[in-house]
Amino acid sequence: MMRSRLWLTVACLLATIGSAVAQKQGGTLRVTHRDNPPSASLLEEATISTLMPFMAVFNNLVVFDPASRENRLDRVVPDLATSWALTDDDRTLTFQLRDGIKWHDGKPFTSADVKCTFDIASGKVNGKLRKNPHKTWWFNIKDVATDGDTKVVFHLTDPQPSIMALLAAGFSPIYPCHVAAAEMRTHPIGTGPFKFVEFKQNESIKLVRNADYWKPGRPYLDAIEYTIIPNRATMLLAMATGKFDLTFTTDLTPELTKSLQEQAPATQCVLQPTGTQGNLLVNRERPPFDNEQIRKAMVLSIDRKAFSDILSRGIFEVGGVNMPPPEGHWGWSKEFMESVPGYGADVEKSRDEGRRIMKSLGYGPDNMLPLKVSTRNIPDYRDASVILIDHLKSVYIQGELEPLDSSVWYARLARKDFSVGMNVQGMSVDDPDAIFFENFLCGSERNYTSYCNADLEKKFHEQSQMKDIDARRKLVWEIDKTLQIDAARPVVFHAKAGTCWWPRVHGVNIAMNTIYNHWRFEDVWLDQ
Amino acid sequence: MLDYILRRLALMVLTLFGVSVAIFLLLRIVPGNIADILFDSAGLIDPAEKQQIIKDLGLDLPLVEQYARWIGGLAHGDLGFSYVSEKPVLDEILPRIPITARLAGLALLFAVCTGVPFGVISAVRQNTILDYVLRIFSLLFLSMPSFWLGLLVLMAFVNWFGILPIYDKAPATWGALALMLGVPAATVGLRSSALIMRLTRSSMLEVLRQDYVRTARSKGLSEGAVTFVHALRNAVLPVITTIGIETAFLFGGLIVTETVFNIPGVARFLVEAIRWRDYPMVQNLVMFIAIIVVMVNLIVDIAYMFVDPRIRLRA
Repeated sequence: MMRSRLWLTVACLLATIGSAVAQKQGGTLRVTHRDNPPSASLLEEATISTLMPFMAVFNNLVVFDPASRENRLDRVVPDLATSWALTDDDRTLTFQLRDGIKWHDGKPFTSADVKCTFDIASGKVNGKLRKNPHKTWWFNIKDVATDGDTKVVFHLTDPQPSIMALLAAGFSPIYPCHVAAAEMRTHPIGTGPFKFVEFKQNESIKLVRNADYWKPGRPYLDAIEYTIIPNRATMLLAMATGKFDLTFTTDLTPELTKSLQEQAPATQCVLQPTGTQGNLLVNRERPPFDNEQIRKAMVLSIDRKAFSDILSRGIFEVGGVNMPPPEGHWGWSKEFMESVPGYGADVEKSRDEGRRIMKSLGYGPDNMLPLKVSTRNIPDYRDASVILIDHLKSVYIQGELEPLDSSVWYARLARKDFSVGMNVQGMSVDDPDAIFFENFLCGSERNYTSYCNADLEKKFHEQSQMKDIDARRKLVWEIDKTLQIDAARPVVFHAKAGTCWWPRVHGVNIAMNTIYNHWRFEDVWLDQ
Repeated sequence: MLDYILRRLALMVLTLFGVSVAIFLLLRIVPGNIADILFDSAGLIDPAEKQQIIKDLGLDLPLVEQYARWIGGLAHGDLGFSYVSEKPVLDEILPRIPITARLAGLALLFAVCTGVPFGVISAVRQNTILDYVLRIFSLLFLSMPSFWLGLLVLMAFVNWFGILPIYDKAPATWGALALMLGVPAATVGLRSSALIMRLTRSSMLEVLRQDYVRTARSKGLSEGAVTFVHALRNAVLPVITTIGIETAFLFGGLIVTETVFNIPGVARFLVEAIRWRDYPMVQNLVMFIAIIVVMVNLIVDIAYMFVDPRIRLRA
């Protein structure tokens, strides 16, 4: 046993030394991009279309260990902060910052930049952001204070161990105080390994190496060029012929991933959770869906395995609001999931129960409840809605598809102008704090179904303050179970998709439980 | 003749005014605006933030005032700012115009250079195997949707030659440049080529039966002189009309071709701008396209006068 461990250690050491020697400086990494990012401002966007190309321009206070394949609280490592400390009451978090760091425009980075970033991000100060989708992440920040140029202190309302996970997320970059928010949308300035060069709408994005980067010897690449290719077939052919080195993250459905590997067997691909989940939205304020029993019957009609089989040949995962294991850290175990109503293996039994409920309310095969299933008119949403309509028939509900233009979809959700909707939603951090507060807090902007449970809300705060991971997980599972039983936003599937690259690309480390937080590219190099 | 051109120019101004009103109103009738779309990517709508964006962009102003601002700016060469990129519209459009113009020009050239000769050959060799083959192919190209044909062409190049002739900012060789320009142009031009070929054929067949063609033959002129000097010159009038109309249709085809071949031209950009409800961008791009189409048709009308003396005399 001892001997095998020794050999393993030696092998790891040799591999590390070998790869260190082999790393080459230079080259331009050519990456495909799926669509035109709405802007270059990470604080103002919630889409991976912005995050993947622009994360490399910035640094955070802390990051998830780029070498680790898991985003976990115990794998948060320093970035612009060299160290951090919590006071005994866990309410004051002090960061020691790196000295001598410069923004890409040559101005010095100081603690004032950190303060101003979080004042804007938390919505305490109007920083002229056009929108602030992650404001809810910072609900617990009472105040951010500076202590000299290299120390910054976060005062928290309550203890919140997972704030470190939120600070490590790609959407939590440090912005320069001296640059206007409007400029950050078109010409971002950061301290990161790559400098912004140009963003041509619907065409390309170009970054070049930051020669003054504070990490010695990094980055390896001279430049990164993203080419926007909205047509998937063209993108696939371009990748197969080697015109590009790396695909946009999770841009390939499981089927397309397989197709690319058949066309170009040398490519390396990873199928991973996209962080997006399909969920059912039921407007609990609109009759007859204000009746808890009808909502319950709808939930019991769902055959989650059928969704996975039809949409992805069984690759999509089933779970609650948190990403299911083995990739996710907070999702239910298989055994626990069996105990959640509607998640059992016997779908017919659940549907029998659903039919019984509907019959007791006066509905039946000859008197079906008519409803409209509203959804965005894009394939991911539409396909899932069609399956949902089919499932609802099993409990005497006759659905009609109402496809809506993207421009109308969120406006309708905000006005609560829908009865039933099929939604696909992304989660950028695998942490319950990022999910519960954003989506299920009474009155939260993203709480589309207006679900409000004061008792559960107390539990949101309780889990957020827990240090013991196992105990917290237990509570999180129970909260998740209540959310599903209450049909707050029943989760139907957790999507998976593929990212591929050619063997000449080294150092791409895809995390299992996020597509969002690993795009600094400072360790990526090209063998050519 | 000058009168005729001036009359056409006056009509052109009226047409452009109509287009400007139509596009302005149509864009506002379509549900959703830039504020809705911006929040789409964030997955939520904050009513206060949305209202601020609407106010900042002047979308809360009365429609007449918005229209007057746009047309007033246009008259002074100020096309406004893109809602998405927040850059001047002109800066966004200008670099894309040469890309699309080159593609459209090449496609039209391809359509004329293949359509007219094949149409003539088909007419002269009426009811021969060559005629049948040309007619079948023309029907095939007319029936095939551009996006499907484009993808088929791309796949064929990848499978047979291992290369992909999509857009490249800096093609490595002259061959790559020729492929990058030629293949999409041919793809988009095939439909027009088929149409021109069929039109040339039917027009030629009609002319070839005319008395003056028989007279020319009886005078002992060579078959080439009869076909190209006497027949084609008279048969080409409806073809010229079609070329004018096809220029407008070409933009429709270019949208698809630019998407499939990933060409960052005006046509693809217009679709994206519509999706984003980027009013200044869409309005000005549509006006630009309208000007081109109207100008081409004016050129076609003037060309009539040179080709057909009867029109010149009537004018």
